[in-house]
Amino acid sequence: MSMVSTAPAPKMPEKHYLNATYGIRSWLLTTDHKRIALLYLASVTFFFFIGGFFAMMIRLHLLTPNGLMLTADQYNRMFTMHGVTMIFFFLIPSIPAVLGNFFIPLMIGAKDLAFPRINLLSWYIYIIGGMFTMWSMVNGGVDTGWTFYTPLSTVYSNSAVAPTVIGVFITGFSSILTGLNFLVTIHTMRAPGMTWFRLPLFVWAHYATSIVMILGTPVVAITLALAGMERIFGLGFFNPAMGGDPILFQHLFWFYSHPAVYIMILPAMGVISELIPTFARKKLFGYPFVAAASLAIAVIGFLVWTHHMFVTGQSTYAAVAFSFLTFLVAVPSAVKVFNWTATLFGGSISFDTPMLYAFGFLGLFLVGGLTGLFLGCLGVDINIHDTYFVVAHFHYIMVGGAVMGYLGGLHFWWPKMTGRMYPEWLARIAAFTLFIGFNFTFFPQFILGIMGMPRRYHVYPPEFQIYNVMSTAGASILAIGYLLPMIYLTWAAFYGEVAGENPWPATGLEWKTQSPPLTENFEVTPVVTWEAYDFHNRPDLGLEVPGGHGPRIVAPAHGDD
Amino acid sequence: MSEQAHAEHVVPPGVYAGIISTLVILTLLTVYAAYVDLGRFNIVVALGIATMKATLVVLFFMHAKYVPKRTKLVIMAGIFWLALLLFMTLSDYVSRVDYRGVQYPMTRNFSASMAQKS
Amino acid sequence: MHRTGALFGQFKTLEQQKDTATLGMWIFLVTEVMFFGGIMLAYTINRHTYFHAFAMGSNTLSLPLGATNTLVLLASSFTMAMGVWSAQTSRKQLLSIFLMLTIILGFVFFGIKYVEYAQKFHHHLVPGKNFDIGYCVHNPNMCPDVSATELQEEGERLDAAEKADPNLQAHAQLYFSAYFGMTGLHALHMVIGAGLLFWLLKNSFSGQYNAEWNTPVDMVGLYWHFVDIVWIYLFPLLYLIDRHK
Repeated sequence: MSMVSTAPAPKMPEKHYLNATYGIRSWLLTTDHKRIALLYLASVTFFFFIGGFFAMMIRLHLLTPNGLMLTADQYNRMFTMHGVTMIFFFLIPSIPAVLGNFFIPLMIGAKDLAFPRINLLSWYIYIIGGMFTMWSMVNGGVDTGWTFYTPLSTVYSNSAVAPTVIGVFITGFSSILTGLNFLVTIHTMRAPGMTWFRLPLFVWAHYATSIVMILGTPVVAITLALAGMERIFGLGFFNPAMGGDPILFQHLFWFYSHPAVYIMILPAMGVISELIPTFARKKLFGYPFVAAASLAIAVIGFLVWTHHMFVTGQSTYAAVAFSFLTFLVAVPSAVKVFNWTATLFGGSISFDTPMLYAFGFLGLFLVGGLTGLFLGCLGVDINIHDTYFVVAHFHYIMVGGAVMGYLGGLHFWWPKMTGRMYPEWLARIAAFTLFIGFNFTFFPQFILGIMGMPRRYHVYPPEFQIYNVMSTAGASILAIGYLLPMIYLTWAAFYGEVAGENPWPATGLEWKTQSPPLTENFEVTPVVTWEAYDFHNRPDLGLEVPGGHGPRIVAPAHGDD
Repeated sequence: MSEQAHAEHVVPPGVYAGIISTLVILTLLTVYAAYVDLGRFNIVVALGIATMKATLVVLFFMHAKYVPKRTKLVIMAGIFWLALLLFMTLSDYVSRVDYRGVQYPMTRNFSASMAQKS
Repeated sequence: MHRTGALFGQFKTLEQQKDTATLGMWIFLVTEVMFFGGIMLAYTINRHTYFHAFAMGSNTLSLPLGATNTLVLLASSFTMAMGVWSAQTSRKQLLSIFLMLTIILGFVFFGIKYVEYAQKFHHHLVPGKNFDIGYCVHNPNMCPDVSATELQEEGERLDAAEKADPNLQAHAQLYFSAYFGMTGLHALHMVIGAGLLFWLLKNSFSGQYNAEWNTPVDMVGLYWHFVDIVWIYLFPLLYLIDRHK
């Protein structure tokens, strides 16, 4: 589907990673990073449904000021399990474990990750951690909030804290091993000619994410271990009655959990860095700055955690320093947004579904990011901390940002993963539905927050009802926006139009191999002689300007020949 | 097989013998120093000696002296991040003064130990 | 898992494979630094807030046993390093010997640790319902392993501590929470290390480690040295608080 519009329709390759071997053992004992990615795809989707179920319970309950159907205790369990499931079992693994696992070796020209068996172990650890958490759900769940603040979680809660904490602890190791695998792979397994500055920014983003995983996750591991020991054995680190300090728990917890949000957003930013050049048919503006910004976000992200604790009575001097650093961490994110926008300028833009998700990301991440600055401002935070303003802020980033990135990436790479294309018009309708549903769900929550509605409360004053109803209505539209892709992507994997090697076309190394790829990815190790996102000088992809470097005359984008 | 990888530096046993002797001496020194009243410097000395021992183990037993720059960067990053965790959290605890000017216990202890004549 | 320098499929050269393994192990050790770092932070804050309780707790620990354990672990690091050297110079029998020595020293450590833990249990120093920091002072006949002079010193320290800190029992439990938490985690890591050493030992008998391929020995060595380093810090932090009084 390059410049030659009379090319014959592509055919599915005979041998590829999906049909190389058969049987359940070949999947459950695979060391092929692509199959492991699909194992993760199935599992994170499963947990997404569970987290979504809890979200549905929350929104239904909040239709009326006195709560529709849950007791206070049940409501506490709903929002806790929603948070725990979505954060630890969906958002953190999603892009790295599905798209990262699948595409990092392909993008760097390697046969697999550095440690394929550890990759499989990562998945099993994730599943075991998930089972502990499911066990706790079956036993009534947890009511402490996903933040497990002490001493409620360690002493006073009458819910299944221990299995949940153990489950999250175990799953943390899955994250650590994935990060370790990515870091080592990117350092040591690049193909000849694939220098650092020719790497796709998706790889840079995962490199930065892996740094965060490696340095942050162990801290939450020890924190949960200590909290678990306090719960089970009665140790007293976080229990004021024994002289312990609940704020110590918060410090240790947020030291990881703030960088964790960067684990969730950096990979999505990496996806956007792939989508925008492809669908604007233009080299990414300021590649070195975007790469550096990923690293800067990862590093500075470790220096801001106390902004979750501004109202705990911590030192005002420390709070001022952390507030300043919080403003600082917005800078590299802004650099990225500017660079993506500059890439669009003068580009030849097509509105395929992945691009729609990229546009959605740009707008929604912008709102989410800016509202983060309001929260980082000490005086303002006193008033909006623990209100729906915070809830709206992080959902704009996590859902409007990370999930949009995930869906955009899934659509973009679906033809490579399955060899078949999804139905474009249905996908566009779903993307719009999602966008509209999302804004109806979460924008009213900003208003609720400013008006003073606290979060984690099962009832609210009647004057807030209109916004809550709007939010719930939006949530049902959002749900449809999620269900549609699940259905048509699955359908397309089996019955979609055969896509060929490079349907878009895009410039990454992953598009230079068959769709779906062979188990060993490339027949011959590629030798890279081109720069990233070079839409003007890739004759091998049919992307070439007669006479060498030309300004804007490029190959027709997909869909407009 | 090719040439030995640059990471395959073989350290002679003589070096190891020297290191272990130093480590034993430092251990005895730290025990001795624990019985000397150095006030608030006891912990400084103890941790200082421990760090010397750890450095010897890392550099020689773990061959960090001979590894490529990239690995040295990984090690420094780990140490730096630990320092981040410890010092940034402590920065909160040692500077807690509420609106009445009342100091939190650890802030009080910290100021007192800083004011202490050695 | 018998490999004599065999190249795994995703690598192109043995050098790349060794390089990758080494980088991977160092990154893993960095995660361990952050893991122990968290509990070190908890220890630090509690030690400075409740110095008297921590000093009290520390002085109930047996310094000779702790120092011996430190020397034992340092020696085991030496034997481990010698083991790696043996593998690197293809001295296969010597490798097995040094691995055995390392394991034996590891078990000496466990033995001493067991004695210490048992002592804590008998002296009512395990956090929980029966915790009593003054148990030996008030019941000298129940603590025959503590000498009379030590008991007297402990008694004096206890009086001073109780005056300085009315909530001494609770805060002393925090010390022992840190003690058991830190040494327990450390011991768990040592058990894993011992398991890895046994695996290496078994493989060393078949002579598969030599100058060309000794990566597993090297990697387990790195891990073992790290566990030693953790103890190098635990010893002064737990055993040497305010000993000079």
